[in-house]
Amino acid sequence: MTLTEPLPDGLSQREIDTEVAKAQASAAPADHPPRDYPPYRSSHFRHPKQPLIPLRDPEAVELSGPAFGVTDITALDRDLTRQHQGEPLGERITVSGRVLDREGRPVRGQLVELWQANASGRYAHQLDQHPAPLDPNFTGFGRCLTDDDGTYSFTTVKPGAYPWRNHVNAWRPAHIHFSLFGTAFTQRLVTQMYFPGDPLFPYDPVLRSVTGEAARQRLVSTYDHDLSTPEWSLGYRWDIVLDGPSATLFEEGGNH
Amino acid sequence: MSYAPTPSQTVGPFYGYALPFPRGGEVAPAGHPDAITLHGYVYDGAGNPVPDALIETWQPAPDGSRTGAPGSLRHDPVTGEVIGRDGVAFTGFGRVPTDADGHWAIRTLPPGGVSYIAVAVFARGLLHHLYTRAYLTDEPGDPLLGSLDARRRATLITRPEAHRTYRFDIRLQGEGETVFLEFE
Ligand SMILES: [Fe+3]
Repeated sequence: MTLTEPLPDGLSQREIDTEVAKAQASAAPADHPPRDYPPYRSSHFRHPKQPLIPLRDPEAVELSGPAFGVTDITALDRDLTRQHQGEPLGERITVSGRVLDREGRPVRGQLVELWQANASGRYAHQLDQHPAPLDPNFTGFGRCLTDDDGTYSFTTVKPGAYPWRNHVNAWRPAHIHFSLFGTAFTQRLVTQMYFPGDPLFPYDPVLRSVTGEAARQRLVSTYDHDLSTPEWSLGYRWDIVLDGPSATLFEEGGNH
Repeated sequence: MSYAPTPSQTVGPFYGYALPFPRGGEVAPAGHPDAITLHGYVYDGAGNPVPDALIETWQPAPDGSRTGAPGSLRHDPVTGEVIGRDGVAFTGFGRVPTDADGHWAIRTLPPGGVSYIAVAVFARGLLHHLYTRAYLTDEPGDPLLGSLDARRRATLITRPEAHRTYRFDIRLQGEGETVFLEFE
């Protein structure tokens, strides 16, 4: 990932943009990205070619899911700025929102995990070779449980953009990775949250893999002044809606 | 369905210091006499092992209970360290990253009431995770297995090995591609 290594075949941003436009034009509006998405080059050998097998089974184990509780986390896990002796560098932020199912019901007491690059755009991961400084006071991993309202909340620093080797001059917009559980295994979600107004949005095939404009917007947090803490942190709000059926939806005879 | 869902995005290459946790594959209480091992390799469409996949498993307890239990990632409240399951509660949840050779393994108890363990696959390059099932035995009456032709059905059925071990390889693409599921 250093600049001295040759790029796989040196596709230009313009060539990627052409691929993005092609995928955009041929895609039916969908909530989730297609797994076969040529502009994201590592999807090439990693997407199934057979259609998924639809399964509508009220007895399916996947309509229930893992449970988490107070023993799974500690109180400090939600504050990524307090995991080391000193303060991490960067812009301190609060990220908060509600986790809901598709009926709008709060997902209570469930595990939310996040991970991210530091303020310079570098992950605390051995394989991240981006020549930006590591921060000894920042690991970039947190977790919490949602409360009775479905609300999660983290204190962290705003991550930096970083380069990657999808194509020449490929840069990821600043983002935070999220992992969520619902009441059913079918509602499992791993996704990424972005920051409003990032100039890199048009160039990023990962964000653009969500081909619907409205769906893409749902990955972008909003700056929320009421969530900002005076003299302390800037607030970003991001609500999350989990897809997929659950046992309770079946019980209520929901149409899905 | 009035609320539009949040789209999926790839887990990316750098989840390794965040999501996996110590003994994430040790779902069975230590030394349990009924413990089984479920393991296999993840392969891509070029036939290469996938060294940066994350496998999650979910299943009923041996008594058929599907409520699960907290404590998969039990933490020491003082140091914050993950200290592993308490050895008593069966949480039903496993999470393991693949090794450099694409291999993963969990040790668990046989699921009660069904013959399969639910599996979710996450990986760099995979924009949306995939669901499949590892059947410990071929179930003649199973509605999913019954809907598949013999060749595809075989991708869901584990191969028994010695010492209560079951082999379940996952092929993301191409020859012998695993059956992946979409729940409605
Ligand atoms: Fe990232």
